[in-house]
Amino acid sequence: MSTPDNNPADTPSKTPSKTPSNTPGNAPDAARTAVGTATGDTPWATGEEIIRFQDVTKRYGRQVVLDDLCFSVYAGKHVTLIGPSGSGKTTILRLLMTLIKADEGSIRVEGDYLTHEERNGKLVPAGERHIREVRKKIGMVFQQFNLFPNMTVMRNLTEAPVRVLGLSRDEAEQRARELLEMVDLTEMSAKYPSQLSGGQQQRVAIARALAMRPRILLLDEVTSALDPELVAGVLDLLRDIAHHTDITMLTVTHEMNFARDISDCVMMFDHGKILEAATPEKLFNDPEHTRTREFLNAVL
Amino acid sequence: MTWGLWNNWMLPGIWITIQVTLYSAAIALAVSFTIGTARTSRLWIVRFLSGIYFELFRGASALVLMFWLFFALPIAAGWQLVPMWAGVLALGLTYGAYGSEIVRGALAAVPTAQREAGIALNFTKLQRLVRIELPQAWPEMIPPFNNLAIELLKGTALVSVISVADITFSANLIRFTTTESAPIYSIILVMYFVLAFLITRGMRVLERHAKAGVGKAPERSGGLWSKLSLRRGRSEAAGAITAGGAR
Repeated sequence: MSTPDNNPADTPSKTPSKTPSNTPGNAPDAARTAVGTATGDTPWATGEEIIRFQDVTKRYGRQVVLDDLCFSVYAGKHVTLIGPSGSGKTTILRLLMTLIKADEGSIRVEGDYLTHEERNGKLVPAGERHIREVRKKIGMVFQQFNLFPNMTVMRNLTEAPVRVLGLSRDEAEQRARELLEMVDLTEMSAKYPSQLSGGQQQRVAIARALAMRPRILLLDEVTSALDPELVAGVLDLLRDIAHHTDITMLTVTHEMNFARDISDCVMMFDHGKILEAATPEKLFNDPEHTRTREFLNAVL
Repeated sequence: MTWGLWNNWMLPGIWITIQVTLYSAAIALAVSFTIGTARTSRLWIVRFLSGIYFELFRGASALVLMFWLFFALPIAAGWQLVPMWAGVLALGLTYGAYGSEIVRGALAAVPTAQREAGIALNFTKLQRLVRIELPQAWPEMIPPFNNLAIELLKGTALVSVISVADITFSANLIRFTTTESAPIYSIILVMYFVLAFLITRGMRVLERHAKAGVGKAPERSGGLWSKLSLRRGRSEAAGAITAGGAR
């Protein structure tokens, strides 16, 4: 997967001088892997590098979930992760959201280490403050919505902007109303999550993530827990967001048509490795690997 | 029993029992939340110290602790607690240890998904505890707190042995003067029952209110009356859709 650095634009603006202590050596050029450059066509690898995984390994017990993974995501691009369950897709999102920690390797967001910080020229495990500083650039929508059942819809949307971003309640409610209009749930603001359908809850959850104005939005199988007839509404909303904002999206989904519509790049995962990465046209119509072809035949 | 004894001892005794219950419940509640949340702390030293408190006071006899506070502490400290406050403190500290287990358990029962949603929105650990975890855990704490409050009410009878004139103390006093043991103990048995029943009714109201606050319908009481009642179906329907992730 390691390829020559053929893309002059992907030099990060803030490349830290050192890699974490558990990453042997300092070999960014060899490790700067725009996956899939072997195909010669990487339109998603242009502009500012916003996420970089470098030699990331994650294990649960003896099971290796992510195996020495390297890849980059560029600002404003939409990357979709597909692959059989257990192949490590969701783990990537959970690592980025700092819900879990990597065993080896480093993750950088806009050049800043996610779970390490520089102190006296040395990289040490980051404190809560550093983690929160980096984390505020990232938002996540969960498979099970995870709305706060003890708060009304309005409160779900305003609590974090008020408490975390320090907005006034008026500003936060103004922002929430705009978002509720966008997700077409204006009349639900006084309701509790338990009074909403699954599709409505997921649209609120999307609005809640957007209320924090993240640069990166992580979508973890956001339609998997929904009744079939509610899926379309949520996907339409996400298409809208993908096409009308410059937010970077990292999506795990089993909705292949949706992946085809919104993605700049689709990455096929298997056994904790990226099997191939390509534009949706290439990956869905003419995949390199037979494993990808088998998977697509099974799900399409 | 004459009216004089009743008016001079029994009625004030009821009031003393209520006071001791309320004050020690307030202390127990404060201890429960402090120790209960401390025991979920990320810092081992906080967990360790709160664990020591829990084990110590759960294992200590409330009666002996009361004696210690009333008889031993004055020797060590040079000042003496009013009997009622020695009793209140002993009960509050002991029952607070039991209560901390309720708080800890209810916090542990909040789905991990809620914690993760809180992290994704970049809340601090304290904000997650105060804004998300405790409000969701609170309704689950009320039924076991109800049990504990009733235990505590009955435990207040212990204060009679350090001469606090509660129901039990008054009953003993009246028994010595009138030697009518059977009616007196029967009456105070009923009194404790009535007080316990009042606590339960109050807790039901609190529980209904708390569950409405997390968007959940309260469970049916399951009592005889509700089984006979024909009005049903409302709470089942409202509870069908759950929020917050069921992992």
